[in-house]
Amino acid sequence: MKVPLSWLRDYVRVDLSPAELAHRLSMAGTEVEKVERVGYKDGVVVGHVLDVSPHPHADRLRLVTVDHGNGVAEVVCGAPNVAAGQKIAFASVGAELIDGYTGRPSRLKRAKIRGVVSEGMVCSEKELGLGDEHDGILVLDTDEELGAPIGQVIGDTILELELTPNRPDCLGIVGVAREVAAVTGARLVEPNLDYETGADDAADLARLAIEDSDLCPRYTASVIRGVKIGPSPKWLKDALLALGERPINNVVDATNYVMFELGQPLHAFDYDRVVDHTVVVRRANEGERLTTLDDVERELSPDVLVIADPMRAIGLAGVMGGANTEIGGGTVNILLESAAFDPSNNRRTSQSLSLTSQASLRFEKGLRAGLSEVALRRATRLILEVAGGEAAKGILDEWPGKADETDFVYLSRQKLDRVLGAGLADAQVESTLTSLGFSVSADGEGWNVKVPYWRPDVGIPEDLCEEVARIIGYDELPLRVHADNLPPWSPNPELDLRGRVRAGLTAAGLQQIITYSGTTAEGEERLDLPSSTPEFVHILNPVSAGHSVLRRTLREGILHAVANNLHTWRGPIALFESGKVFHNRGEGLPDEREMAVGALAGPRAELHWDGGGGQLDYYDARGVVEDTLERMGIAAEFSPVEDATLAAGRAAEVTVPAAGGLRVGVVGEVAAHVLEAFGIDSGPVSLFELDLPSLESAVSASQQGGAYRTYIRFPESPRDLAVVVDETVAAADVVRVASRNRLVTSATVFDVYRGSNLPEGKKSLAVRLVYQSPSRTLTAGQVEKAQRSILNALSREFGALQRQ
Amino acid sequence: MTDSANGNSSATPQAIERLTSSAERELEALGGEGEKLEAWRVKYLGRRGALTSILRSLGSLPAADRRVAGAAANRAKARLEGLLDKRLAASGTPGPIGAIDVTLPGRRHVRGRLHPSTQTIQEILAAFNAMGFQTVEGPQVEWERYNFDMLNIPPDHPARDSHDTIWIDRSGGDGILLRTQTSPMQVRTLESTTPPVRIVVPGLCYRFEATDATHEWQFHQIEGLAVDTDITFADLKGTLYEFARRIFGPDRKVRFRCDFFPFVEPGVEMAVDCFKCFGQGCRLCKQTGYIEILGAGMVHPNVLRNAGHDPERYTGYAFGMGPERIAMLRHGIDDIRHFFANDLRFLTQF
Repeated sequence: MKVPLSWLRDYVRVDLSPAELAHRLSMAGTEVEKVERVGYKDGVVVGHVLDVSPHPHADRLRLVTVDHGNGVAEVVCGAPNVAAGQKIAFASVGAELIDGYTGRPSRLKRAKIRGVVSEGMVCSEKELGLGDEHDGILVLDTDEELGAPIGQVIGDTILELELTPNRPDCLGIVGVAREVAAVTGARLVEPNLDYETGADDAADLARLAIEDSDLCPRYTASVIRGVKIGPSPKWLKDALLALGERPINNVVDATNYVMFELGQPLHAFDYDRVVDHTVVVRRANEGERLTTLDDVERELSPDVLVIADPMRAIGLAGVMGGANTEIGGGTVNILLESAAFDPSNNRRTSQSLSLTSQASLRFEKGLRAGLSEVALRRATRLILEVAGGEAAKGILDEWPGKADETDFVYLSRQKLDRVLGAGLADAQVESTLTSLGFSVSADGEGWNVKVPYWRPDVGIPEDLCEEVARIIGYDELPLRVHADNLPPWSPNPELDLRGRVRAGLTAAGLQQIITYSGTTAEGEERLDLPSSTPEFVHILNPVSAGHSVLRRTLREGILHAVANNLHTWRGPIALFESGKVFHNRGEGLPDEREMAVGALAGPRAELHWDGGGGQLDYYDARGVVEDTLERMGIAAEFSPVEDATLAAGRAAEVTVPAAGGLRVGVVGEVAAHVLEAFGIDSGPVSLFELDLPSLESAVSASQQGGAYRTYIRFPESPRDLAVVVDETVAAADVVRVASRNRLVTSATVFDVYRGSNLPEGKKSLAVRLVYQSPSRTLTAGQVEKAQRSILNALSREFGALQRQ
Repeated sequence: MTDSANGNSSATPQAIERLTSSAERELEALGGEGEKLEAWRVKYLGRRGALTSILRSLGSLPAADRRVAGAAANRAKARLEGLLDKRLAASGTPGPIGAIDVTLPGRRHVRGRLHPSTQTIQEILAAFNAMGFQTVEGPQVEWERYNFDMLNIPPDHPARDSHDTIWIDRSGGDGILLRTQTSPMQVRTLESTTPPVRIVVPGLCYRFEATDATHEWQFHQIEGLAVDTDITFADLKGTLYEFARRIFGPDRKVRFRCDFFPFVEPGVEMAVDCFKCFGQGCRLCKQTGYIEILGAGMVHPNVLRNAGHDPERYTGYAFGMGPERIAMLRHGIDDIRHFFANDLRFLTQF
């Protein structure tokens, strides 16, 4: 909404600077987005034409002598209307103007025109950026001193407002003026509503029937006969142009002027084209057609409210008029409408027809019925002023919704204090509300407040609290810290667990990513998820085709991120995401399951002078999982598993023995065909996935109270044991068997060897066994005996031979 | 050289004393040349040096002897090292002995980081947690009634314009959508809790937005809600002022202006004085000296009523903010699309 300061000043005195005014309005809730100055031109001042004489070498040009306050200049001028004695806008050399021919900004240069030097310019409207007029110079009507900046005479300041939807009153300049009056204490001058009427009664000239009163609480109309349609006077055109509106004709311009003035849209029908001079407000018939003023024929349904005559629809109520009753050059008599319509229906109508207008933008916010009559009288007065004619006596007025209007709201002192927490004085409360146009009567315990017709947004006492607070200024109200009660603490295990997982994964060197929750079925198909994966949740109106369903897995997003980063990142790529996946349950809301996924690819370390290196692989990913789970007190087992996203023979499921073998996730290297589908040609890429709800169970099953156990004070005896076993024997099984010996406190595989000096299909596993007893120092003999017994067990179970 | 298998004789305190004395004498006799000092160091203190070997062999001693001998050996080692350091310093020529190129980069662990959105959320939550707000979360796929109707935003309300909604495809039944805000948790929490209530709600939200430098269809929000029998506008101001000081610095000035959100009345927008220009006016604050940080207000009586509470008994305040916006302001990030592009060149800067 644009508000020219000059127009605003018609209703309220403004002494503040535009910037200060904008600030005060914004603080009180009417946000001023931008303050724009128009017509202010550096180097252009008020001048006085002293003399006009013919140009010696050109018939159409004249030499004009101008007193510009700081001296006298002679300029060459082609305008026919220049005359001695005029006050004019004088531009000196260097001024920034609009070029009268190209319409583009340009800087005025000293010029020799037909042999005579011109020391400046007498400006047209167009050159000053005020309008299109370029046939003659702009003649000023001003008492300003010569040499005064031109902005003081013709300039204007436009406030551009960013309005909230609850304040349709500020979609009218008078509404903004009321805000200005309230925040500055200035007095508001209401627009004049009075006009002379003829002898005939409006009620005798036209008839009115509201059939669907639920959608039209009030309809008022006046009749003006004998108007002369033509262009609007300059002040009216200028007013509309300043808002960026195109002038049409005097009657239409007058209705638009009142809409921008009061916020009430109006519509003028050609009285003689309304059949039987009868207006009917009703729902459209199924399939009924109407050509609107934009020359589009529209098919309507009973959801749409129309203005009709007894034969046909003549307008879309509150949206746009019909072509069949449009005001034109031949119009002599008009029927002027000013009404209130149901905001929801209005909004649905303009949305379903994809037709929004200045009118619908106001009606959809809900205008009060009291405004209809005020605007009708104002517009009638203006039409008489700019188009002549005679207004009928009285108005047509149907007001079926009158009983539903909220006129009074009671604000108790107790409520005011409870909401604002400020002990405001009675007088301050009353004067603040009065300054906004509320009528207030105090009864000792509070105030009975009459809500003015232009405020549809005030209906409960809390609204009045805001009115008082915002005008006094939120910053002026007291501030209190921590005076209320704290609720008892309650645990949030899901959040805690996610925090621990994230902490573990970042500690393991992974970078958190956040991907989109939306994807496509085709995108997830690349992962070969098992057929048991639940159904997708489908989006009705995706922002793009790439987000037509909600993700069921985090695997796709992270592989996509790996693929992208492999092109641009030379160091290790170690990523994780923890977030929700969405599983359709058929009924109700989907299952939102918390998952974590990680991926590792690229070199194991940044380039470093001391080497280090190799590619990140399965064991890095597994290590991350082990670290993370260990931090949560979970001891996990890894055993081979089939998972179609992962390469055969290179995938393990992660289970937790303490939780009855509960599966909490999977880790492995991504299968070659999956990598290919993601455009990744530099493998391996390792992936792990953790299911947080399962992890939560595993955590609670693993916590044996977290009790401290005395560490063993007797010395450890480390011994190494290398055994040759079949390639198929899992290292974990060798460790498990070795760990069965009760003197073994740890068993760690520290070397895996395959090579020419071993038989085909065999490998050597070197294990460091640490022997320790809680009750005594072990002798060499005891350790030797245990070592032999372990070797025997390994031979028995796996055919292991000690490697020499 | 001492051998751990049969070297117990050299690991007595007396033997250690003898070894130390001869090493000291030898060192005194040496000139200042670096190479000779280094040879001496290798002989006694090197990996296979005499004293080192004694220390290694201690493990095979009976416990009582080990303690005595260990203490003596460690004392001897410290003494010899100290003497060597003095000689090296006196020689004035640090030379090549023991010197390394300290300018070469160290061996580092890869540092894992949280996403900048998560970092910002954690900071904000920590500030509110410290003020007694407990973190709760709600579903991202939400009933229309929680996202709109019960928050005093009935169908066809113009406020729905600013919440262009992504809907879930389903035949019939109540509307389901991707939540456009975290505010539904206000209602969900109030429905299931008797005040006092003090919560903060972080989470992803979604809107039907064309994506550009300042708009994303997916973004985080943090909601806050406090409801009790005696909460006023003054508490709202006090709490949010405290928050601003904790997050943006203790000297921050805040400004509260009137704004509109259907589920609060009165409605508030809070700004802090620009932390780049300190209120002087710059590009970041669009010359206003202040930066809008969050929306807030006193909980609308309809919201309390919809959740089953008597608005004459309870009052409260609510607030909401966008962590991505705050992260962008603080780090000077010019394009919100960076947040979900997951490019390591962006993510590793935080």
